[in-house]
Amino acid sequence: MTALPEPVARVPRHLRRIVVIWAVLTAIAVPLVVLVLGPHLPPGRMTAEAGAQVDANTVMTALITPIVLIILVYFGYTLVVFRARGSAIEDGAPVFGHAPTQTMWVAFTSIVVIALAAWGSYTLIVSAHGAGGGQGPNPIALPNGYQKSLQVQVIGQQWNWTYRFPSYGGVETDQLELPTGVGIELHVTSLDVTHSFWAYELGVKADAVPGVDNIVFVHPRKTGSFSIRCAELCGLWHGHMFQTGYVVSRDAFKSWIAAQQKAESKNQRYLPPYSGHYFPEPLRRAG
Amino acid sequence: MARSMKTAAVGAGVAIGAALIAYYVVSYLMVRPPTVAAAGTAPSARITLQTVASIGFGPHPDWVSYLVKNPQGKWQHSTVLRVPAHSLVHVTIYQYDTATGLRNPYWGGPRGIVGEMAIDGKPTPTLDPDLASHTFAIPDLGVSVPLEGVADDAKNQCGSAPCTLGEAHKTITFTFRTGKRGTFRWQCFVPCGAGFILGFGGPMQSVGYMDGYLSVV
Amino acid sequence: MDTAIPRPSLAGSRFGGFIGFNLFTAIALGVGGFFLGAYIGGQIAAGKDYLIATDQNDVGVFLGFLFATIGWLGGLGFFNYPVKRMLGRPATVPVEQATGIGRYFRLSLDHKVIGIQYFFGVGAFFFIGGLNAMLIRTELLTPNERAWPAGQYLSLVGLHGTMMIMMTSAFILGPFGNYLVPLMIGARRMAFPRIEALTFWLTPLAGLVLMSAIAWNGFPTGWTGYAPLMDQARAGMDAYLFAFLLISISLTLIGVNLLATIIALRAPGMTWTRLPIFVWGVLSTSVLMVLAAPVLGAALLLGILDRSANTSFYIASGGGSAYLYENLFWFFGHPEVYILALPGFGIVLEILPVFARKPLWGYRLAVAGMLGVAFLSFFVWQHHLFVSGMNAGLRPFYMLTTELISIPTGFIFLNAMGTLWQGRIRFTPPMLFALAFFFNFLIGGLSGIFLSDVPSDVTTHGSYFVMAHFHYTIMGGLVFAFFAATYYWLPKMTGVTLDERLAKIHFWTMFVFFNLTFFPLFAAGFLDMPRRVSTYAPHLQTINDFVSVSAFCLGGSMLIFIANLVLSLVYRRIPAERNPWHSRGLEWQVPTPVPVHNFETVPEILAGPYEYGVAGAPPVARLRPTEVSA
Repeated sequence: MTALPEPVARVPRHLRRIVVIWAVLTAIAVPLVVLVLGPHLPPGRMTAEAGAQVDANTVMTALITPIVLIILVYFGYTLVVFRARGSAIEDGAPVFGHAPTQTMWVAFTSIVVIALAAWGSYTLIVSAHGAGGGQGPNPIALPNGYQKSLQVQVIGQQWNWTYRFPSYGGVETDQLELPTGVGIELHVTSLDVTHSFWAYELGVKADAVPGVDNIVFVHPRKTGSFSIRCAELCGLWHGHMFQTGYVVSRDAFKSWIAAQQKAESKNQRYLPPYSGHYFPEPLRRAG
Repeated sequence: MARSMKTAAVGAGVAIGAALIAYYVVSYLMVRPPTVAAAGTAPSARITLQTVASIGFGPHPDWVSYLVKNPQGKWQHSTVLRVPAHSLVHVTIYQYDTATGLRNPYWGGPRGIVGEMAIDGKPTPTLDPDLASHTFAIPDLGVSVPLEGVADDAKNQCGSAPCTLGEAHKTITFTFRTGKRGTFRWQCFVPCGAGFILGFGGPMQSVGYMDGYLSVV
Repeated sequence: MDTAIPRPSLAGSRFGGFIGFNLFTAIALGVGGFFLGAYIGGQIAAGKDYLIATDQNDVGVFLGFLFATIGWLGGLGFFNYPVKRMLGRPATVPVEQATGIGRYFRLSLDHKVIGIQYFFGVGAFFFIGGLNAMLIRTELLTPNERAWPAGQYLSLVGLHGTMMIMMTSAFILGPFGNYLVPLMIGARRMAFPRIEALTFWLTPLAGLVLMSAIAWNGFPTGWTGYAPLMDQARAGMDAYLFAFLLISISLTLIGVNLLATIIALRAPGMTWTRLPIFVWGVLSTSVLMVLAAPVLGAALLLGILDRSANTSFYIASGGGSAYLYENLFWFFGHPEVYILALPGFGIVLEILPVFARKPLWGYRLAVAGMLGVAFLSFFVWQHHLFVSGMNAGLRPFYMLTTELISIPTGFIFLNAMGTLWQGRIRFTPPMLFALAFFFNFLIGGLSGIFLSDVPSDVTTHGSYFVMAHFHYTIMGGLVFAFFAATYYWLPKMTGVTLDERLAKIHFWTMFVFFNLTFFPLFAAGFLDMPRRVSTYAPHLQTINDFVSVSAFCLGGSMLIFIANLVLSLVYRRIPAERNPWHSRGLEWQVPTPVPVHNFETVPEILAGPYEYGVAGAPPVARLRPTEVSA
């Protein structure tokens, strides 16, 4: 066996084989991903924002599938076809590079990446108004009619969540119920260390940072329950900051909040006035 | 080096490594306070606790802490409690510490209990948050009860645990209901970790002091 | 021939080597220094309420660690030469011994000795971090806290992550960068040998300081040390801060040293286009280390001040901001993960041509890829803060830069694909690990695409999806590259052959169980499991049990590696050939074991190291002036 490169006619045959294998696998895999896996991708469609995330996940999985396949098919093929036969050490073809291939690769990856970034930015700012992520005190992705949203403050503390409703007299509750079909503006803050309010089925995650009013827009579409977890390590019982929240009909919400106001009426006078963030005592080392 | 010496050296290395790992696991990782059972059995049980300003013994003598009375009537330094499932649990807490004040006044209202809490025998619908010294809260069961603090100028304050009823204290009693089996954490919500920033370090983040487990069996 | 006049060595060599300036003296003086510093700190803090907190005195702890560091370095003999010169004594450089195990426990200025010291020193702490991982997975077998209570679990998580990051930051540059870069560029030493020794000796000290956190019941923040939780924590947090500070100093210095060496000490004929791709990887990593590691030092120093001097840099109610810490930390933290990834790129692109017997395909593209990754890595750090309430208008910018960084990363894949094309591929253990690198990094890198898309990141931030992503890129990438480098270069570095069958068993068990451990974690993250929790929803128990069992098997595969090391290095000791892999690299042209001064005379470089298959290619270098080139 010589060390010369293979005859030129054999090179396109390898490439053609690889492309054919890849095309067949892609034709099978991508519809599976979009039609079978897609509807099960998290976080579900309980809110408009969660639905936008599902769409983003579906598109990206469908886009990444052919990329994974081409790399795996190429590596698998070359490792089998170009392996050394026999124990003698012989050299392969002295190819140092191929400018057209490199240019095509750079161009293709750049286009895909920039398109993804552009589409992601559009989703984030325009179509999904923040996609459920905390936007900080000065949000830029504002949904239509956000001025009429129901304001709900989420207060993270070590190690539980409480909620305040400024439009209902600033009543504070330790369970969260939200009305469906209404625009909701969550204001997430913390009393001590950094937590993160993660409402999985709502598609909401916003860090609760002391001294910061982190704003999230969410539009529930369906009733049901959602799990609330803390997603930022906050101390001993971080993993235990778990609650179940509920999205209920508007009437059910009204009667719930009225019941809460009645139950909390004795304690209401002790609560501080509603504010975007709080600095409760003790601040420095106590004692 | 002779082969047998090499084996001896390798063996010694393995043995030392295993011993260090075992020591790490047993004497650090697995350490937790002993589980103390509530007095009585289903459907009714009783827990008696006390909170003290400084425990007075052990590795952290000036840490604030809970203690629990075991079924034999002795005070034990533990916060891991066992109660029966589907029962009413009657809790009595002797509170010997002075007030620090609640960070979130919301927890001044008792929740998740059957009926009302009583402070020194008097039913109390809600507590002024500035008077709170500690809370007893089981968030997973929705239970949260504020514990009123002893006045700063009260006479005969308790120095270190276990405190006796002759010293200045407040008695808080309440009842909560347990459901199915499980292990739940419980904690204090008053930032009473003196000397730690934001008052929530040290004893406030240590099982055996201001945090514990409730084992419902 | 070595014609140096023998001079008395600075390091102790009497009484069997135990007395003198060595590791044992360093430990003794370090421990003594700690107690002295803690005592002085106690005196300073006495009477000041804000410094004496209930049972923890951060001033004492920090001063203790500072004195411990001085004692450690003094015990090794770092101050001998400066003090001698200050006293007017003549400048003497110790003769480096060529053999003997004692030189690995002392201050040595030979870059090869330092490379081996790094290999075992950093490797030992890597295994300690791995042990912590096994203990974490033990707890995660059940949805409630059964094995360890919550506080100890959090410390395990923090110790595992911090130990791994601290040690793997120099996982490749430490052993292989120090050992091989002078050999690969035709130099006899690194630019600053004493600094090189310092960067090594700070590392086990940092590991020991970190482990001392256990004495104060660990620390609750995980490896990222987020303020203000960091300000709240007990004295174990001080151990974390000081250990990481030592590492940041070590990283900065190793970067400076490697940059100076590569730029200034290349042999004649070693042009930038003939430089081995591994050296390019080291160079781009060094740039990151020099620029990013000091920022970590700043972030940690502010935390030290917050904890011990009553400042409020990170405490919002005192006028500070938690965001300050997050931004400072991640400004370092993101280049840090490329400090972990880039050496891996260098290793695998170095190994692939040797075992495909083909030139590295697209050399300039590979260099552009590494330098592009290094450059862009400074512009992406806020993707760790997407949902934190950062300036919302900046999120599209960071989404774009994070997506862009996948372009130069993709070049590396194209290089590998081109190198394999029409090769004659031999599946030796180094090649197997190098190929597995590409499989793992493909999954790891593409999962990064999900994380860089902000809408998708809303659900996956802070969840097990992120865990799976970075374990695939760091462990699947860097650690696999480390083992590739180990099996490839250890015969040269130790002069002893490693058992090939055990190596292949190690590879297959590690590869299979690594994927079985971490691939399901993508699903766990998508299914609402946050990071750093010891309790989780009961329906996730099946996934967690599967992952835990796979993790135990993965740990077992590491034991196979250790068995191979012990068998080959301690018992069999089969001498290695000079060039067992028939590589063109310059480091393979010197004898095994490598002579103390590397080359007899300065070599003259004639060609690049990747000219496989080129008819009539000159040898890579002329090692002796009298040798006639082929």
